[in-house]
Amino acid sequence: MKTSFIKRGAIWLGAAAVSAAMTTAAWAEPLKVGFVYVGPVGDHGWTYRHDQGRKAIDKAFGDKVKTTLVESVKEGADSERVIRQLAASGHKLIFTTSFGFMNPTLKVAKSFPNVRFEHATGYKQAKNVSTYAARFYQGRHIAGLIAGKMTKSNVIGYIGSFPIPEVVRGINATTLALQKVNPKATVKVVWVNTWYDPGKEGAAAKALIDQGADVIMQHTDSPAAIQAAQERGVWAVGQASDMTHFGPKSHLTAIIDVWDNYYVARTKAVMDGSWKSDDTWDGLKQGMLQMAPYNAAIPADVLAMAKKAQANIIAGTVHPFAGPIKDQMGKEKVPAGKNLDDGSLLSMNWYVQGVQGKLPK
Amino acid sequence: MRPRLEARIGVSGAMVYVTPVLAVVLTMACGSVLFAALGHNPAAVLYAFFVQPISSAYGLAELTIKATPLVLCAIGLSFGFRANIWNIGAEGQLTLGAIAGGGLALWAGDDASVWFLPAMIIASLLGGAAWAAIPAYLKTRFNANEILTSLMLTYVAILLLSYLVHGPWKDPDGYSFPQSRMFADSVLLPLLTMGTRLHLGAPIALLLALAAWWVMARMFVGFQIKVVGLTPAAAGLAGFSVRRLTWITLLTGGALSGLAGLFEVAGPIGQLLPSISPGYGFTAIIVAFLGRLHPLGILLAGLLIALSYLGGETVQIELGLPLAVSGVFQGMLLFFLLASDVLVRYRIRWGRSVIVQEAG
Amino acid sequence: METLTAVLITVIGAATPLVFAATGELVAEKSGVLNLGVEGMMLLGAVAAFAVALTTGSATLGILAGAAAGAALALVFALLTLTLLANQVASGLALTIFGIGVSALIGRSFVGVPLQRLPQLDLPGISDLPILGPLLFSHDALVYLSILAIPATIWFLERSRAGLILRAIGENHQAAHALGHAVIKVRYLAVMFGGAMAGLGGAYLSLAYTPMWAENMTAGRGWIALALVVFATWRPGRLLLGAYLFGGITVAQLHIQGFGFDIPSQFLSMLPYLATIAVLVAISADGARARLNAPASLGRIFYPEA
Repeated sequence: MKTSFIKRGAIWLGAAAVSAAMTTAAWAEPLKVGFVYVGPVGDHGWTYRHDQGRKAIDKAFGDKVKTTLVESVKEGADSERVIRQLAASGHKLIFTTSFGFMNPTLKVAKSFPNVRFEHATGYKQAKNVSTYAARFYQGRHIAGLIAGKMTKSNVIGYIGSFPIPEVVRGINATTLALQKVNPKATVKVVWVNTWYDPGKEGAAAKALIDQGADVIMQHTDSPAAIQAAQERGVWAVGQASDMTHFGPKSHLTAIIDVWDNYYVARTKAVMDGSWKSDDTWDGLKQGMLQMAPYNAAIPADVLAMAKKAQANIIAGTVHPFAGPIKDQMGKEKVPAGKNLDDGSLLSMNWYVQGVQGKLPK
Repeated sequence: MRPRLEARIGVSGAMVYVTPVLAVVLTMACGSVLFAALGHNPAAVLYAFFVQPISSAYGLAELTIKATPLVLCAIGLSFGFRANIWNIGAEGQLTLGAIAGGGLALWAGDDASVWFLPAMIIASLLGGAAWAAIPAYLKTRFNANEILTSLMLTYVAILLLSYLVHGPWKDPDGYSFPQSRMFADSVLLPLLTMGTRLHLGAPIALLLALAAWWVMARMFVGFQIKVVGLTPAAAGLAGFSVRRLTWITLLTGGALSGLAGLFEVAGPIGQLLPSISPGYGFTAIIVAFLGRLHPLGILLAGLLIALSYLGGETVQIELGLPLAVSGVFQGMLLFFLLASDVLVRYRIRWGRSVIVQEAG
Repeated sequence: METLTAVLITVIGAATPLVFAATGELVAEKSGVLNLGVEGMMLLGAVAAFAVALTTGSATLGILAGAAAGAALALVFALLTLTLLANQVASGLALTIFGIGVSALIGRSFVGVPLQRLPQLDLPGISDLPILGPLLFSHDALVYLSILAIPATIWFLERSRAGLILRAIGENHQAAHALGHAVIKVRYLAVMFGGAMAGLGGAYLSLAYTPMWAENMTAGRGWIALALVVFATWRPGRLLLGAYLFGGITVAQLHIQGFGFDIPSQFLSMLPYLATIAVLVAISADGARARLNAPASLGRIFYPEA
């Protein structure tokens, strides 16, 4: 499955490069593309993956583009200045890659109508502001299916960063898939209140393992949980990057963020004048998330199930949030035969049945 | 013959002004070597770092905005540092000021009267002071060291803010994302010039710096603070209450840091977010000492440090230098600034000393 | 019972970097120098240890490199504050800014690279004992070293002549100087020891606790180490207790969440900080004793008066 993605990506990139070459004449100067990151490029997580996307632009367009990055920009007063400075210094396309940059991005966009802005994971658009995000929950669905089959203790440990809809969605998608194949299994959540603190993430993984979890999932950035799982001999699912090499025995798969195609496409759109404001929420189908190579220890039937689910999600015949879905109180949220709509997914702030503990409000 | 330091009688008036310049020059020289080694044109980097950020009215306004919270916190801290009260929790006090003032703004709602703004300012002063009152109480009542209590309370404050914006104060129309509603325009700090973000907080910070200068130089409490800091024993003999000064300096520091927090959320940010300060409360400690704990020195130090942050952003944008390089360069700048200070109170002599003088 | 053992082992892991860094800082402070740059020194130690262990394949060399890197950064601090008489509080903070930058710069090519975990020193037979085996006898060398550092530090400070001189200098540098002790030299050594120990704390993170390098991976532990020295009222034994208490509550609050208590996780995350304050208040209430332990010259600039 993965190879076909890579192949498709390569063809895609090739096509992009050709068409970029064709429009060279229109661009005497290289197109300047700016990136605003919330963390350091060296976090090997969220920011690292966005920077891989930036490098994909460099690779696809060569000297037709000039990419710029500003790392570790704090959400607060600083971000507006950085975004504005990028816009004022001739950047025609600016990616702001954290939710907290939403209002500053819109503010700056108002004063630079000719600059295009792309805001990750937000919900406010404007004429020159697009939003984009990945349907990571699709990957969580597959991970949940595998976890349901692999667990012996029927307890899945989940390390949460902050209780925001994105993370809650992942927990719910995991739980729904998990219970589909293993109704007895439940999900135990521990919040670490940080995106990134290897020591604390590792300790959270160990705490979950000590409470009986034998599959560890994470919505934090470092591979510490994978290492902990490897050390304790339980399974784990990675996040953001392929983390196999941090725990070859424990690493079942990982949900990889792949912004490359989107970034290249949006850059090309600015180059050929076809850019328009949009709200993109891509998934496995478009390759915005990919599954890392599956662990060889996964039994053939489980692997086949995972791959089938992946194909079905891509084909659109399976929706991870297909009804009937009940919340923790047993109240029906989605009737049978219906899927949860995108608006409800975007603002999700309730747990489905099968998640242990209450969602902090 | 070895160089050695000899104390001056009093401070050198000339060196007070010469050393910062000397430090910047030395930093530029060392920085040039670093940049050249990394394959960048040193002149271009130095220009982007020191000149370009403030080569426009907008840039100057941004410099002032960035310096405002640093100066406010540093002035508050300097009172305590002069009296040997080691409050390193300004970041937490800033956060509580933002929570108190910002909470009032949220409570006031969308059609808040402009009169809420002064109330928010008072709330932020009280909020910051209340957070600083905890270390003050624990120190005066239980003798608990304020380095630990103020630092630990910073983490608690940040988690409290996190709880509020993830929970009860979350924007109900915000798709459950962790941020509050935007404050009403009427309770935001008025902007001073068109086309920039320069807000009323900046001149208030300036006025407070001048007021602090007056307090330290002219008022009896300023004299007491200085005496306690220099010779605690003498203070006891003179009948000053160290206990009272602990309270005064900590509450002042907390209140000014709280105000800095409000100026951020009611100024450039306009709402409550999980992260409202990139560590102003910690950086302000450096600002306080670079400014030699003198309110006017703090003003200049605040502007210089603010410039170093703006410069760090500009060299990333203009030259693609990673943030790490700016951090190293910033560290070097601080080292030279702190080290060159020695020339203010000491002179370099070669050979053996004949007369040894008392330290000024 | 097995679970409890596992939990305690996690606590040991969480506490060990704090024990290293705080012990080093304690010795530096006992000599009268307050170095707030622990976070920066830990980070440099972490990246140096990782880089050397990865490129040479030797964990021992990595550990040594971590200690050396921490000591080298501490030397910069010593030069600033002891020779050039710069303000210690501000220099320490500057050191952290510098250390974060340098470590990120060095570490750029090591992001996302795995490393074999520091091996556990299993004693055949003894390590297989139930409970006590895994709890006491199956750790890596650095854990044992961190524990041994405590009695060694106590012995050094309380019993050895050098330690007595160091404490005398921290109490009253003018008097110590008048007695002919080399104030500056002793403080240089104490500060560099502090740096080396912070470097070891960093090395433990990047080689053993979470064997990897990532920017800012210490995530504030240097600051906690600083607080622990105060918490311990400058006593190594209490410091060990404090580090394990802090690590213990950090792990415990994760467990409380796992049990599904209906308390917002932010409040649970506050627990280690609040507990540290509460215990400090309890210890300090007996004011006279706490004051006696604090080095009287702490943070003050030394310039020989006569």
